[in-house]
Amino acid sequence: MRHAARSMLAALLLAPALATGAWAGSDDVVVENAWSRASIGTSRPGAAYMEVRNAGEEAVTLTGLQSDLAMVSEIHRVTTDDRGVSSMAPAGAIVIAPGETVAIAPGVMHVMLMQLQRPMREGESFPLTLNFSDGGEVPVPVPVLGIAARGPEG
Amino acid sequence: MRTVRTVAWVLVGIAAFALVWLLLWADYRAAQVEDGSLGFQAVFELTDHQGMIRTQEDFAGRWMLVFFGFANCPDVCPTTLAEIAAVMDGLGEDAPMVQPLFISVDPERDTPAAMADFMQAFDAGIVGLTGTPEQTDRTGDSFHIYFEKVEQAAAPGGYTMSHSSQLFLFGPDGAYVKSWTYGTPAEDILADLKQKMSS
Ligand SMILES: [Cu+2]
Repeated sequence: MRHAARSMLAALLLAPALATGAWAGSDDVVVENAWSRASIGTSRPGAAYMEVRNAGEEAVTLTGLQSDLAMVSEIHRVTTDDRGVSSMAPAGAIVIAPGETVAIAPGVMHVMLMQLQRPMREGESFPLTLNFSDGGEVPVPVPVLGIAARGPEG
Repeated sequence: MRTVRTVAWVLVGIAAFALVWLLLWADYRAAQVEDGSLGFQAVFELTDHQGMIRTQEDFAGRWMLVFFGFANCPDVCPTTLAEIAAVMDGLGEDAPMVQPLFISVDPERDTPAAMADFMQAFDAGIVGLTGTPEQTDRTGDSFHIYFEKVEQAAAPGGYTMSHSSQLFLFGPDGAYVKSWTYGTPAEDILADLKQKMSS
């Protein structure tokens, strides 16, 4: 009995210390609905999509990502001007407010996977790691769907 | 004197009629420009993904769904091709009346073989077309589209392309019918297309 009470007290004292620890924000990041399309060989860049939700109380900043699948992985933003011309460019650091979800989705943003090290095969998945400004890293397994997939459900 | 006066009145009448007609016409043209439907014909001479020379004549009598892009495009082009595949699927037995065309704006990298990889993988009866830089420029002018190289160090060849991303619809006579902006869901395109085909 005594022992249990002491552990509880320790946990209570420890909780705030953990909450203000090194990875204050990014350990509250939840990544959902990750998906990608199969590639044709390795000569062309691939793309991956996902939703990044900040379930915490403070803003987090997504600074970059990496994967052993590609030499260079970047988040790109797609913009379409009033003439209907679409372009993509690196999105830079992305700040996610508490409770907010950033959709990395076709037509908005994509994770551009450049210099593929192996083909992206339907039915497989590959690991991707998101990096945050507080030093936190969030690993995401990304399923590879068919080449004509239109969303996380295929 | 009387004849002169009559002729003068007739001339005034014609002038008034012409003026009204001109005003109405100008209005009509302005409205057309506004909704982007100013008539033009699909005109091109390019090489398809099987190495055959193709022009708009080869597709006469069928509806054409035309999209511009490039094989190294990781997001906009596969997304649109996936939408087109879904549209073709949704057309069912009407599918043979519609020919989807994917026209490259990247003649440097997009050989017919590179296009073939893409078209076969999507398996939606899409014909991939590419050409010389001159043919590509001429096609772009004829379709009133825009494309440009953008530097991107990690991309193959060190560049990517910005390009018009609408999906264009041409009628069986080769005349422009309408376009959908990038991101229009396949379901909306299909409903629109069916309506145009039945009217
Ligand atoms: Cu990109």
